[in-house]
Parts: sequence; C-alpha cells; structure tokens
Amino acid sequence: MVTLGIFDAFNGDNVNYLLGGLGITVGVSIISVVLSLLAGSIIGIIQFEKIPYFSTFVATINNIIRNLPLLLIIFFVYFALPRLGVHLPIFWATVIAMSTFESAMLAEIVRGGLESVDRGQFEGARANGLTNGQTMFYIVLPQAYKKMIPPIISQLISLVKDTSLASGIVLAELTYRGQIVYAQNTTYIVPILVVLTLVYFLLNYGLSLIAKWFDRHLA
Amino acid sequence: MTLLQHYWPVFIQGFGYTLLASFIALVGSLILGTLFAIMQVSSMKWARVFGDVYVQIFRNIPLLIITLFLYLAVAKVIKMTGFMAGTIGLMLYTSAFVAESVRAGILSIDNGQMEGARANGLSFNQAMRYIVLPQAFRVALPSLGNQFINLVKNSSILAFVGGLDLMYQGNMVAATSFDTFTTYIIIGVFYLVITLPLSYYIQYLERHLKRKA
Repeated sequence: MVTLGIFDAFNGDNVNYLLGGLGITVGVSIISVVLSLLAGSIIGIIQFEKIPYFSTFVATINNIIRNLPLLLIIFFVYFALPRLGVHLPIFWATVIAMSTFESAMLAEIVRGGLESVDRGQFEGARANGLTNGQTMFYIVLPQAYKKMIPPIISQLISLVKDTSLASGIVLAELTYRGQIVYAQNTTYIVPILVVLTLVYFLLNYGLSLIAKWFDRHLA
Repeated sequence: MTLLQHYWPVFIQGFGYTLLASFIALVGSLILGTLFAIMQVSSMKWARVFGDVYVQIFRNIPLLIITLFLYLAVAKVIKMTGFMAGTIGLMLYTSAFVAESVRAGILSIDNGQMEGARANGLSFNQAMRYIVLPQAFRVALPSLGNQFINLVKNSSILAFVGGLDLMYQGNMVAATSFDTFTTYIIIGVFYLVITLPLSYYIQYLERHLKRKA
C-alpha cells in the first residue's frame, strides 16, 4: 500500500503511543504543580516572615536551587541519589526533581506577592484581634495570591515545557516518545517535531490565555 | 576531590563551551528580542502581528523541541554541529523572553517621551534608539538579568545534542567515573559560579530601583 510518509508517522499505534506520552507529561505536570504550590507557599512565607537565622538559611538554599539548571537536578535525583541509597522510580524521580525546582521558583513569587501587600493590612488585622497565623491565612495570603496568579501561571507554562527534559533520563513522556517514533524512520522527524510543537503550544497557549484573563479580571 | 583532580580539564572545557554558548546566545537574543519588542509596539499592523506570533510561539514550546528541530531537521539542509544548533536554539528561545521584558520596559516609558522626541523632529527610529530604548532598558534590567540566568541554566540543553557543554561533559565524567554524586555536585558548583552572583546582584538592583521609585 502506498501512503505518504507524513501520514505514516501518525498511524494508529504511533498516535496511541504518543497520547500515552502526553498523559505522562500532563500527569507529571499536575502532580508537580500541586506539590510545588504547597512547598513554594511554605518556603515563601518562611522567607517573608524573617525568622532570625532560619529564614536566611532557607533563602540561601532556595537561591541555590533556583540558580541550578533543572536538567542537573533531574539527573542528580535519578542518577546520584541512588548512591545514597535513595532509589526512586523514574516517574517519581522526575516529579520530585521538578517539584524541588519549581517550589524554589514559586517561593520567590510568593515572597514578592506577600511583600506587595500593604503593611496596613497586617496592622489592621492584628489590631482587630486576629493572631499572626489568622492574619496571614485569611487576610494577607488571599490578597497576595490575586497578584501572584499571572506569574504563577507563567511558571506553570515553564513547568509543562520543562517536563520534556525528563526525556534525558528516559521517562516515556511526550518528547521521548516522539523521539522513539522518529527513530523508526528518519522521514518522520519533521512531522513528529511539528506535531509535538503544536501540542505543547496549544497546552501552554491555553494556560497563557487563562493568565491574561486573570490579569484583566483581578488587577 | 580526586575526581576533580583527575577530570578537571574536562570540566574546564565544558565550562568554556557553556560560557561561549551563553555569551553568543545572550548577544544574539538581546538584538533579536529588542527587534521583536519594537515590532510589537510599532504602528505597523504586519510588524505587530509578526512580533506577537514569534513571541507566542517561542515562549510556549519547549527549548528541547526547538533544539531538536534545528539539530535533526534544519541541520540536514544547513550543516551545523550540536553546539551550533544548541546555541541558535537557545538564542531563538531566549529572544522571545527578552522581547517580553523589553516590550514591558518600552510600555512603562511615558508616551510623552516619544511624542516630545517626534515633535522635535526625530524619526520614529531615532526617537526609539536615542530616547525611549535607553530608558526602557534601565527599567527592564532586572528582568533581563533574570532572563540571562535562565539562559545560562538552559544552556544545559546542549547536552542533548552533543554540545560539549558543562552538562554534556559532566555526564561523560559521571558515566566513566561512576561517581555520579560528586560529579553532579561539581557541575552544580560550576553553574552557581555564574548564576548566584548575578542573582544576588539582581536582587540588589531591584531593591535599589524600588527605593528610588
């Protein structure tokens, strides 16, 4: 049967295989987002609260992680931690590496957001008898999050793109599966890369539209 | 430390390639990014559309895909090494983010500056070059600094296409020495030598600018 190479690259088997990869990409992204939002908020609040020594210590560690390449962190978690006896399955190694890196990035956003909330809000809440924790949780954080939503979404876009780096440790996410498909036949290279571009673009452009919407409706 | 003694030329070579790629991509992305930022704010519709489309595409796809495209598809037509493909990919990718920073900088400059310059007989290009851009760059400096840090970190992508950079050479050392733990710590320190001082300087710059405002 004569078929065009371009369409051959997308026969049923390959499409299913790629869709499975997309599932892993989305799965890693969602779990990492949730974990890094939680950890990033805690780290950001610790830095903001300026607890003697502890905050400086946390800020230094955070700065170090933020300034390392994510690829290095992924390789470290997957290839170096086993030497310390920590063996992680590839999916979880990726999730842990991505969450570590992203929470360091998000902590900066959270800290910046908290600093942008007017001091009077703290003072007013404290004067009304709320405890420090209540002030943070009910008064300051909700206002700060409003300002943080657009930069947080841009960070999520980076996260989705960065999952492609996990192909370096052979996690079978979308990019890696694309590489496997065009390894069968070199004429598949261009069509596969074009389709990967489209898929990532649509995912992230959608996210960036959400960011724009929030920007317009919250600011 | 015996690892460092044994393999230091490899690390230094990788570090050199990382610095070289970062420098070329930095200069290239500053030029390209500024051009696209000007296009985005220009009065010509085709330029605005072209600038927007470029920035949206390159911001929203993974750098790895851009690099693989250059290395596997474009390199079939135009001969290039992994180092070149990686550096050009890095430059194209970063230029989209530079364009965003510079555009925000230009928009933060009061419109009166452009109008005043035009009223004094400068052309759009002259007004942009001598009046608006210098002020815009000052505003954009902290965010451009952050983009540069990202660029240095992202240069590790060269490892995927045999780009001889720090990450690539480091992986080689890890594979031959079997001491993955020490190797990756050493690579990390090399990256931090470039990124950490820069990051503290940007934090200082941001505080300084905020106090002035």
